[in-house]
Amino acid sequence: MIRVILPPHLRGLAHIAGEVELAIAGQVTQRSVLDALEARYPMLSGTIRDHVTQQRRPFLRFFACGEDLSHEQPDTPLPEAIATGAEPLLILGAIAGG
Amino acid sequence: MSRVRVLAGTRKGAFILTSDGKRDGWDVSGPHFAGWEIYHVKGSPCEPNRIFASQTSGWFGQVIQRSDDGGKTWIQPGTPPGEPTTGPGGMPKGESNKFLYDVSKETGKPLTTHQFYDGTQHPWEFKRVWHLEPSLTDPNTVYAGVEDAALFRSTDGGKSWHELSGLRGHGTGPRWQPGAGGMCLHTIILDPKNPKRIFIAISAAGAFRTDDGGETWRPINKGLYSKYIPEPTAEVGHCVHRIALHPSRPDVLFMQKHWDVMRSNNAGDSWEKISGNLPTDFGFVIDVNANEPDTVYVVPIKSDGEHFPLDGKLRVYRSKSGGNEWQELGKGLPQRDCYVNVLRDAMAVDSLDKSGIYFGTTGGQVYVSPDGGDNWSAIVQNLPPVLSVEVQTLA
Repeated sequence: MIRVILPPHLRGLAHIAGEVELAIAGQVTQRSVLDALEARYPMLSGTIRDHVTQQRRPFLRFFACGEDLSHEQPDTPLPEAIATGAEPLLILGAIAGG
Repeated sequence: MSRVRVLAGTRKGAFILTSDGKRDGWDVSGPHFAGWEIYHVKGSPCEPNRIFASQTSGWFGQVIQRSDDGGKTWIQPGTPPGEPTTGPGGMPKGESNKFLYDVSKETGKPLTTHQFYDGTQHPWEFKRVWHLEPSLTDPNTVYAGVEDAALFRSTDGGKSWHELSGLRGHGTGPRWQPGAGGMCLHTIILDPKNPKRIFIAISAAGAFRTDDGGETWRPINKGLYSKYIPEPTAEVGHCVHRIALHPSRPDVLFMQKHWDVMRSNNAGDSWEKISGNLPTDFGFVIDVNANEPDTVYVVPIKSDGEHFPLDGKLRVYRSKSGGNEWQELGKGLPQRDCYVNVLRDAMAVDSLDKSGIYFGTTGGQVYVSPDGGDNWSAIVQNLPPVLSVEVQTLA
């Protein structure tokens, strides 16, 4: 299972208490993880990536295994530790604003 | 006995303030949607327990919420009736959050571009919903004014949204430009006597009107003078902050422009200045007493560079003659060291026999006057900065 940790506001919106676990068939990429996440929690559509362009919203970042993956291509495979569920994919809001 | 329900949107959530008709004791509920910016909350005039809220975030984008029980519980429209709104099996659809601009039917390309801060042309990019205006007659129809400026309509209770793109596509789009707060469509007024007529206002483009239900639009800015734009009497480009009317007389419009308070007697075909003896005619809000069509309220703000009241004294000004002669009202409002702002959607009037006037501040206060402005008191004093205030008069 793929593990995803969402920022608190999105956990509240989707009524999620802790980590999300997603089963993904095929290659584990940013796109396949977000597709599965939005399929299970449709209210998150548009909150992480744009409805139309599918681009990551500017104030959100993707981290995993101590690395910033925000600027990776959406179809680039995520690290093996994410694919095996050993490590979670972190979706973080940038620290900005009040 | 009649009751009132005040709907306050703030930078960190929504609050619902309720009282009986005396308006001297209040119950406060909230924060709803804690931590999110709530730009606007407004109830349906024909089904008052149906309330729409614009929940938004610079990080996570736009969410539309709806309550059908007066604000006790909320759903994202699109949840199938009878299904739970929580848990992976019964999640609401995300489609209510989707605001997609129309593109050209011929070419598939964007309808138009607008002027950016640096004078270059820039594509439209959706940012948030500033204002929700429920239909006067159909509880499933609601309009949304958005940034970048455009008007959307839902006819299914907020589930899906479609642009009324005749507004953006009528030709002046390339001359619209963002004000300091962004390029927002912030005012939507549905004419209570003519269902085909809608007024809207955009910062900084000006006021526009449709007479055919939203298909075609034209600018209604004749008589406005804006010294801060290259052509001060231009057809578009004016930073209109707010428009208000009295439902009994929808051809008479009152406007708070960036600078200048204005009036139109012909549904916006032409405007005249009514700033009169105001100490400054910069400001954001303007509203009309529910029982007196010629009684108008503004909150003068020092200047475009200093968004706070003159001399640290928070004062509402009231004209009982439809403009030009203004009376200072400060009884019960702070009269020293007050440097808050009152934003454009943060004033409302109730329709009780003695009309109540309400406004919210960036300092987190919501004030009420139960007697048309003579006396004021704070309903709440320490909310997050208030973005919008609406009031419902309930039987």
